[in-house]
Amino acid sequence: MAGSMIELKEITFAYGRHQPVFDRYSWEVTERESWAVIGPSGCGKTTLLYLLAGLRQPQSGSIQIAGQVVERPRPQSGLILQDHGLLPWATVAENARLGLTIRTLYGPDGRHAPAGDALDPGIAQQRIDHWLNRLGIADLRDKYPGQLSGGQRQRTAIARTLALEPDLLLMDEPFSALDAPTREDLQRLIVELRREANLTSVIVTHNIDEALYLGRKLLVLGHPPNRTPIVFENPFATQADRYQQPGYQTLFDRVRAELGNHHEAAV
Amino acid sequence: MKQPSKLANILIGLLMFGALWQILAWLIHRPIMPAPGEVIPVFFRLLPGELGRHLLASTGRVLAAIALATITAAPIGLGLGQMRKLDRIFDPLIAISYPIPKIVLLPVIYVLLGISNFSKIFLIAFILFFQILIVVRDEAANLRPELILSVRSLGAGRRALFRYVYLPASLPAVLTSLRVSVGLSIAVLFIAEQSLTRYGLGYYIVVKTYQVLLYKEMYAGILAMSLLGLVLYFILDFLDRQVNRHLYVE
Repeated sequence: MAGSMIELKEITFAYGRHQPVFDRYSWEVTERESWAVIGPSGCGKTTLLYLLAGLRQPQSGSIQIAGQVVERPRPQSGLILQDHGLLPWATVAENARLGLTIRTLYGPDGRHAPAGDALDPGIAQQRIDHWLNRLGIADLRDKYPGQLSGGQRQRTAIARTLALEPDLLLMDEPFSALDAPTREDLQRLIVELRREANLTSVIVTHNIDEALYLGRKLLVLGHPPNRTPIVFENPFATQADRYQQPGYQTLFDRVRAELGNHHEAAV
Repeated sequence: MKQPSKLANILIGLLMFGALWQILAWLIHRPIMPAPGEVIPVFFRLLPGELGRHLLASTGRVLAAIALATITAAPIGLGLGQMRKLDRIFDPLIAISYPIPKIVLLPVIYVLLGISNFSKIFLIAFILFFQILIVVRDEAANLRPELILSVRSLGAGRRALFRYVYLPASLPAVLTSLRVSVGLSIAVLFIAEQSLTRYGLGYYIVVKTYQVLLYKEMYAGILAMSLLGLVLYFILDFLDRQVNRHLYVE
């Protein structure tokens, strides 16, 4: 039986003196599940992801990932943002290697990098080559981010994250800035990669269709404060012909109704 | 093939400069305007001796000022660029201080720091400080929070952030600001060296040659000072292209 991957226990989080974004909020994700988090602007979906990534700390309650309380970015969690976060002065290959370079700097200390054996430079290079090939950007290895298209940049960011061999993939609107064909390519790629690497994944999106394609389960956030998780089961995930299937439109409409009258939550 | 054409450019520039100088020498035809053919031999004759010592003194002062300004201004610029609140507090002060011609503070600096080599270095460093501070601050402010967050999510703590983000982000800014202000710092050096020292090209040009009507020697000094500016500029330009390769790709 699969264990728990993410466990939020009664967390409360607020920015400054504002109303809390999460108020005694609990939520659980089982290993290898794929979740989509959806909600209007300002509902706290990015905050939730940053909390999971260890970039923010709840004021009360606890967040456990793989049984460990998250107090700082966890080496086995991969984070992909809409703003790909590539170093503009480094090439594709150097960017893809950055995570491994950082691990080499600290050594296997269990804080910045997983404890255990130090990574052999030869194996690191093989891993980078593997992911550059797998993401179809091996030919671009000596290019700088400024020379790439949006989709190629995001592929580089994905390669950089997967080279660290994470067990949990956190994505914040990763494809929102891309044109439709590129977005669909990358969505399909994420589905394949998730399968290949046995990943648990949480994707934040404002796009209902993207949420229903990538999330086996949907978590809907509303206007703060969020108190209880609103969850939808989604049997249509990863199915290209979901539009033709009975029930898809009904689910779509239910999610949309749940999102309420928020205009940002468009298709 | 950018390097050869650039080298050719420099050579063409030197030739044109020499030709213009020669024409002026013919036209003016007075001792104050000797021809390059008279000055250049004097320059090479004096360079291993007296002129070389003055050139070394000036070079040392400029390099020391660059080092002093960089190690103080770059970290402060980084800090202000990354900490918006702090920047908002200090911005009015910087905005007011930046355009003040710092050279007018020379007497004050002499009184406070004493008539020493250090006060001259300090004056130049003070000017460079603001140039570097502002460019590095703006560069650091342009580092998007998402970039920092995603690098942190790769496991980077303070040390890795400094090494892989802040340092490479501010180095180009330091080089850019130095390249722009190297001419200014040599001009200030020239003024600062005219008095209260026995070494430096400013002293050599004004006191040792101009005031005793040694015009050819004076021009050798001017040539040395120009070369100092030129060489520093090209070194900084070269470093800038090395560090900033991503900006020079098509």
